[in-house]
Amino acid sequence: MNGDRVRGAFREGRTALVPYLTGGYPTLEGAREVGEAYLEAGADVVEIGVPFSDPLADGPTIQETTTRALANGADLDYCMDLASAFSGRVPVVFLLYYNVIFARGDERFLQEVAEAEVSGLVIPDLPVDEAGRFAELAAAAGVAFCPLVAPTSTDQRISRVGELATGFVYCVSVAGITGVRDTLPRGAIELLRRVRARTGAPVALGFGIGSAGAAVEAAKEADGIIIGSKLMRLVEEGGAERAGGWLREVREALSGLVEAGG
Amino acid sequence: MRQETEKGYFGPFGGRYVPETLIHALEELEEAYERYRDDPEFGEERDRLARDFVGRPTPLMFAERLTRKWGGANVWFKREDLAHTGAHKINNTLGQILLADRMGKERIIAETGAGQHGVATATVAALYGKECVIYMGEEDTRRQRLNVVRMKLLGAEVVPVLSGSRTLKDAVNEAIRDWVANVDDTHYIIGSVVGPAPYPRIVRDFQAVIGTEIEAQSRESLGGDPDAIVACVGAGSNAIGAFHPFVGRENVRLVGVEAAGRGLATGEHGASLAEGRLGVLHGAMSYVLQTEGGQIREAHSISAGLDYPATGPEHAFLKDEGLAEYASVTDEEALRALQTCSRLEGIIPALETAHAIFYAEKVATELGQGKNMVINLSGRGDKDVEVAANALGIGSEEVDAVSGPDPSPSTSS
Repeated sequence: MNGDRVRGAFREGRTALVPYLTGGYPTLEGAREVGEAYLEAGADVVEIGVPFSDPLADGPTIQETTTRALANGADLDYCMDLASAFSGRVPVVFLLYYNVIFARGDERFLQEVAEAEVSGLVIPDLPVDEAGRFAELAAAAGVAFCPLVAPTSTDQRISRVGELATGFVYCVSVAGITGVRDTLPRGAIELLRRVRARTGAPVALGFGIGSAGAAVEAAKEADGIIIGSKLMRLVEEGGAERAGGWLREVREALSGLVEAGG
Repeated sequence: MRQETEKGYFGPFGGRYVPETLIHALEELEEAYERYRDDPEFGEERDRLARDFVGRPTPLMFAERLTRKWGGANVWFKREDLAHTGAHKINNTLGQILLADRMGKERIIAETGAGQHGVATATVAALYGKECVIYMGEEDTRRQRLNVVRMKLLGAEVVPVLSGSRTLKDAVNEAIRDWVANVDDTHYIIGSVVGPAPYPRIVRDFQAVIGTEIEAQSRESLGGDPDAIVACVGAGSNAIGAFHPFVGRENVRLVGVEAAGRGLATGEHGASLAEGRLGVLHGAMSYVLQTEGGQIREAHSISAGLDYPATGPEHAFLKDEGLAEYASVTDEEALRALQTCSRLEGIIPALETAHAIFYAEKVATELGQGKNMVINLSGRGDKDVEVAANALGIGSEEVDAVSGPDPSPSTSS
């Protein structure tokens, strides 16, 4: 199944690098260049944000990119096209808010993303309590469901998330919204350990990883690192090239960690 | 029928579509509410403040001249405009500050559109000595400067929201983001019967005092239930509060009035029950104004309090079950009703309320003489005089004409 590719990207002894890009930002064509730069830098999975008018879980950096992307005319169909550009080479996951899915219809949406070879879904406003039926449909469509856990999640909830995760478990590093932070928030490592103890699914850390140092720190416990706001800010400042260049540094820092750690 | 159909839902509506980080806080809030709602000490404190601080019960007043003009059912006003801070909003903020206090939260946040809920929140935060931050769309901070000043006088910090459309829905987004990041010490006092469970139920329960009083006062003045209750519906808190005890009683018509803005056909309105599609906004499944692709549309209404692109999940449920009926009224019609009410009854109603008043004429006529109709007079119109003046072309010349020549500088100071 297509969804199995998400787990396949998390290989033993290598921290999966999952860079995020907002579909349609900085331009419809520019987003493709950003994705290409990520692939060249050694991305293991590409996460595409499908723009939504009211992105509750996102901080100002990503909000600005989605506002711009919507103004550029980016929509779900465009994002599926964009996914097809990369999905032959790496698995693609969508990050999107539930209303965009619901407006298309759960089943039709799943069928279409499966056809576009989107391997997995991260839906920040669909917690496990609301996700039951959708997760079943996604499993039937062969699309991996990647639910989130937060530092405020109880152990019991973490176990439920672990059961529903057919892709990776997305650990939110901090009680907060997306944004650039230089150091890894306290409690992130602790959360990773709690999650690990309760699921066999790969565990990826996101929200606020803004430096190679923080990525290396997180990689000691995480199977994968998700980086969004920092990369979007670099795209804003210096385009795809700048973002790709920085991502390569992170990739190298993570590889060094693996070698050093044996 | 009168409670949730299952926990957190009203039929298919409601739920808890929020980031995982908030789930714990919502569960904590739910637990606290369950613990305190029937706690005698909590009830005593709430009732005492409702009486001494808010001025409850608010009167049920016979609107004699309006009754005569319309020639139909007797018109009664439930005078929520006489509640402290000038609208029903305080019923909810008072209840929630009591909860926040018992939960040990020292920081209060809220969103506001026109500023009424912001003022009501800042008011109770001041009463309880809590830090208070109000999110308000930048656009609205300019349109409602007076309320910004009121909030600041009450000690609140007002944060202009620059994201998205810079109006109420973006202020809600920003408040939720703040809450996600500060969930340990912060309570979010949401302003209406919207948001993730348990908010729609908690806000409904705190606003139900309106309906409970209408019920008791009607028994006294009318000898029984009124034949109809009419209330305006933005997100829907004053309407749900007025309707609540009467839901399911076949002898009482419950009528909610949405904002038709510049007309439903123009697409510039706030009538999400009439024109919205099922969707998720701010954590709940309900009727939402949205594009085909699921992007949230901006609402429009001359009254900022009805300028919201969704309606509370319980209204969606009442509508689908046929337990309440919903209509809509344009900006222009609301302005006409504002004038009529001001001149005939000596009450300048809020523009929100004016929507209900306009449609009530139709209901009164349908009911006919001898029947009784209650309009929930949800708020007073002081905040709207500038908007009304602009819309009605009441310029300074006319003000001069009415008030006579300018007083000389020496007497004006």
